[in-house]
Amino acid sequence: MEKHNSDDKVFFGFWVYLMTDLLMFAVLFATFAVLRNNTFGGITIREIFDPPAVLTETLILLTSSFVMGLAIVSLNYKKKFFTIFFLILTFILGLMFLEMEFSEFIHIIEQGYSWQTSAFLSSFFTLVGTHGLHIAVGLIWMGILVAQLLRRGFTTGNLRKVRLLSMFWHFLDIVWIFIFTIVYLMSGI
Amino acid sequence: MLIIDVILLGIILVGGNDIPVLNPMGFVAQKERDLIITFILLMSFIVIPVFILTFLIVWKYKAGNSHTKYDPDSHHDSKLEILWWALPAMIVFTLAIITWKSTHELDPYKPLDSDKKPVIIQVVALRWKWLFIYPEQNIAAVNFIQFPIATPINFELTADGPMNSFWIPQLGGQIYAMTGMQTKRHLMANEIGEFSGTAAEINGKGFAGMKFVAKASSQADFDGWVQNIKKSTHPPLSKSEYENLARPSENNPVVFYSSTEESLYDSIIMKYMTSTENK
Amino acid sequence: MTDFIFGKLTLSALPHEWFTIAGTISMIAGGISVAIFLTYFRRWKWLWQEWFTSVDPKKIGIMYAIVALLMFFRGGLDAVMIWIQQALSSGASQGYLSADHFQQIFTAHGVIMVFFVTMGFLFALLNYIVPLQIGARDLAFPFLNTLGFWLYVAGAILINLFFLVGGEFAATGWLAIAPLSGLEFSPGVGVDYWLMSLQISGLGTLLGGINFLVTILKMRAPGMTLSRMPLFVWTSLCSMVLVVCVFPLLTATTALLFLDRYLGMHFFTTGFGGNAMMYINLIWMWGHPEVYILILPAFGVYSEVVTTFSQKRLAGYTSMVFATIGITLLALLVWLHHFFTMGAGANVNAFFGMMTMVIAIPTGVQVFNWLTTMYKGRIRITTPMLWFFGFISTFTLGGAAGVLLASPPANFQLHNSLFLVAHFHTMVIGGALFGIFAGITYWFPKVTGIKLNEQLGKYSFWCWIIGFLVSFVPLYILGFMGATRRLDHYDASTGWQPLFIVSALGAFIIAAGVAMQILQIIVSIIQKKQNLDKTGDPWDGRTLEWSTSSPPPFYNFAIIPEVTSRDAFWEKKSSSSKAPKDNHYEDIILPKNTAMGIYISALVFLLGFAVIWHIIWLAVLGLGGALVCFIIRAFDEETEYILPAKEVAKIEAGRNK
Repeated sequence: MEKHNSDDKVFFGFWVYLMTDLLMFAVLFATFAVLRNNTFGGITIREIFDPPAVLTETLILLTSSFVMGLAIVSLNYKKKFFTIFFLILTFILGLMFLEMEFSEFIHIIEQGYSWQTSAFLSSFFTLVGTHGLHIAVGLIWMGILVAQLLRRGFTTGNLRKVRLLSMFWHFLDIVWIFIFTIVYLMSGI
Repeated sequence: MLIIDVILLGIILVGGNDIPVLNPMGFVAQKERDLIITFILLMSFIVIPVFILTFLIVWKYKAGNSHTKYDPDSHHDSKLEILWWALPAMIVFTLAIITWKSTHELDPYKPLDSDKKPVIIQVVALRWKWLFIYPEQNIAAVNFIQFPIATPINFELTADGPMNSFWIPQLGGQIYAMTGMQTKRHLMANEIGEFSGTAAEINGKGFAGMKFVAKASSQADFDGWVQNIKKSTHPPLSKSEYENLARPSENNPVVFYSSTEESLYDSIIMKYMTSTENK
Repeated sequence: MTDFIFGKLTLSALPHEWFTIAGTISMIAGGISVAIFLTYFRRWKWLWQEWFTSVDPKKIGIMYAIVALLMFFRGGLDAVMIWIQQALSSGASQGYLSADHFQQIFTAHGVIMVFFVTMGFLFALLNYIVPLQIGARDLAFPFLNTLGFWLYVAGAILINLFFLVGGEFAATGWLAIAPLSGLEFSPGVGVDYWLMSLQISGLGTLLGGINFLVTILKMRAPGMTLSRMPLFVWTSLCSMVLVVCVFPLLTATTALLFLDRYLGMHFFTTGFGGNAMMYINLIWMWGHPEVYILILPAFGVYSEVVTTFSQKRLAGYTSMVFATIGITLLALLVWLHHFFTMGAGANVNAFFGMMTMVIAIPTGVQVFNWLTTMYKGRIRITTPMLWFFGFISTFTLGGAAGVLLASPPANFQLHNSLFLVAHFHTMVIGGALFGIFAGITYWFPKVTGIKLNEQLGKYSFWCWIIGFLVSFVPLYILGFMGATRRLDHYDASTGWQPLFIVSALGAFIIAAGVAMQILQIIVSIIQKKQNLDKTGDPWDGRTLEWSTSSPPPFYNFAIIPEVTSRDAFWEKKSSSSKAPKDNHYEDIILPKNTAMGIYISALVFLLGFAVIWHIIWLAVLGLGGALVCFIIRAFDEETEYILPAKEVAKIEAGRNK
């Protein structure tokens, strides 16, 4: 007898969802590519780009992805404590990343610019902000999941959700690599 | 269904005066008409056999016709399959070659061959009227153009408002007019006459009334018309006059301007491209 | 304070024009009469427990069909209003509609017919038939299915709500092309209604797309390899692949337009470096494949109908599958043909024109293979077959018009004219809608156990096809006469009026056809006894759905069938009919009903409404509530129940009596 919501189906479905999300990001990347020079007298990407800060951001997110990997390894060994520990560590790193991104936005706004200034800034805020929003969703998910793990332990549902979350997190990592390359490195240097 | 094909072909071949696309008065429209007819004829090679085949098969293999052959398990015939792919492929291949050639030949950006010097008309799509500026003659008109026949007309188009599509069916196909940029369209009238021009892309409330007259005349008439406007009491098209004109209005009457402010057209394009702070 | 509580909403948003008052009254009257009916017959509880909260794809399919039918009347009424205005409004007469109102009507007509009628019917067929044809008991994600359906309903309600609140819909054309749809040129709430209803129902469609993709790829009965799938399943699969590929683009594009309108961003605005051409590209990158999303499943229906009623195997199965896949891939590569007139270079235009023509090859292959299937068959000319013949005759004509439009120089003369309007109506009505009608007539006995009245079905077909030709052939000619689309008024000197009048008459013939269809269903149900089908297989069918009883039990199959060939049921009927019936039942795991789909959709609906009227607290409440509900559902681990084998045996014994 087949288990109804067998993991196979769920993981495949989640992959398909991630692909649709990727296509949505593709649209945002495309708009950025088209609009990146339409600064209309406002700030340009060169002025926004602060290499040490962005590099730190990137390293933090990459580390968080690695730590998330460790959480999955602990999960495979059924080590509840370590799974939760690494999840919390990922959560903290994610929060740090989000804080840095936020302060970058604040910094632009403090200089008197906003997403209303130019088409370039619209696309910049939207692309980077959408990624940030995904990170925030991931953090909420992580928080609830940790609470569930503490309450119910390693149920089938929770195990599956940790694995799905790790897929989601790695996916966001990959999207960030694209943002780092296309938005910051290719346009900003 | 053959009936429709016949009706359509009939209309196309007879081509009444009321059917501008099929009754062209311009060099470009004529070539486009010829292309449309070529396409329809070529496609009839496939559409008509399909209709006939459908009818014959149904007629012959209707349930109840017990004497006909019934072969419930036949489902694969390689030769037939190849034919089914090859037949449409051949027609499409022919059409594709024609398309490649004609698209390049009839590219709206391509200047037309002629020994006469082209007339340049700058077009601005407004809400809801067309402004035409003659930069060389230094006059302008709303919802009316005149030009000499057998002379290429180079249209340069932009918009100051929602996007639109510029179309004079009897002279040739459409091109969009959009803010902050310029598109081009080259047309040439073969015969004298007044042709209707229209807006083909919805741009708000007054869309249906956004029509103009395109008058093809002899060179002498055209020169006379230009001189008339220049000498007349029509106001000049200054910056402020333009600002007034650009406000939304419906079913605008024809208006002429005896002169235009220099580089008005360029400033309409540029105002969407740079910020005011930079000026 | 009132700003905080009501946002932009004021008393002036209440209905005060004749059409909004009429719309409001008819909606309220309809609502009250349904409520009275339900209360009188004490059906509320039944409706909630058996239908609204159901996760059974068969019931969700029926609900999709009912909502789509209601929206069809709404969209059809819009169409008739457009026709009458254009027949009247020549020269001195301005018709009976203002320009603004007319523009809102054709926008609503397009949006409703594409998103809420055709898509609705499509998901109705997919929900009911796909699980049965692949030998599955339900979908991969039953909860997402009910959620998707209720989001679709939320979008459908929102698009009708403007009658009651605001009195204004988008007047921009169905794709709300920027910059016209931007705040600068459309400051009212009309475009916001458009945005929100599309966002919400588009999300539902995306969920459906993922769900069916996974279902078809992962839940087929043992032995049903990809090369044994019925054609309807193949075309549905390809259609859903397209949904998954392009609906994210729609979501993203409308989201960017939303940011322009709400946060003052500059993606598609005229100034500040915005680029409206990008909107046109993005929206058509979704919009063109959308047409194939609608038409591919209809192709599948025709394949099923033609094989069944020719009593013959489908000719060239492999060709058909490759043709379907070919159409799917090509559909993604032709969007630019919607705006050759934008002035891209000749190379770009020629490339996209040629790619578009290439689609004619696989489409032609499909048509030829249907003809080959009929060849040496025994063709029973039933109503579904008539719809198929109607399709062949209109679709080849519309297809030829499409190839003509794909040639850039010809397109310059035909773009945005009524020729174009006639072309895509030929494709959507002759292709998708006739396919849906064929499918409904074909599978109606499966769904209800009652065969539809053939005589009325045939009358309806003839009304439709004649009405269609009378109303759309004049539009082809008007296109050649230089008539652009979306005109609320034209000069008498154009000589267009007689053709517009003929076209409007055609609309009434079509309306007669629709009336026949309704009559057909009513009469068939009244004469239930004559039309009853107890076999479960009234047409001598070939695929698995006909192996169940009509209507099928809620678990579809007591024993999951083993598939050994294409036309699985036909094979079983003809070869091993004497094999002993296997009566060894097993426990069945089924999903529990849930109301979460309705709750979440209701909250999302509130969110949409709040966003349209800038009511921030309600938006926060809607979004927060929807998220909380979703999280609660995600961590609910008891979503299934077990139907014991004994129970199955009892039900089966009862059915077989």
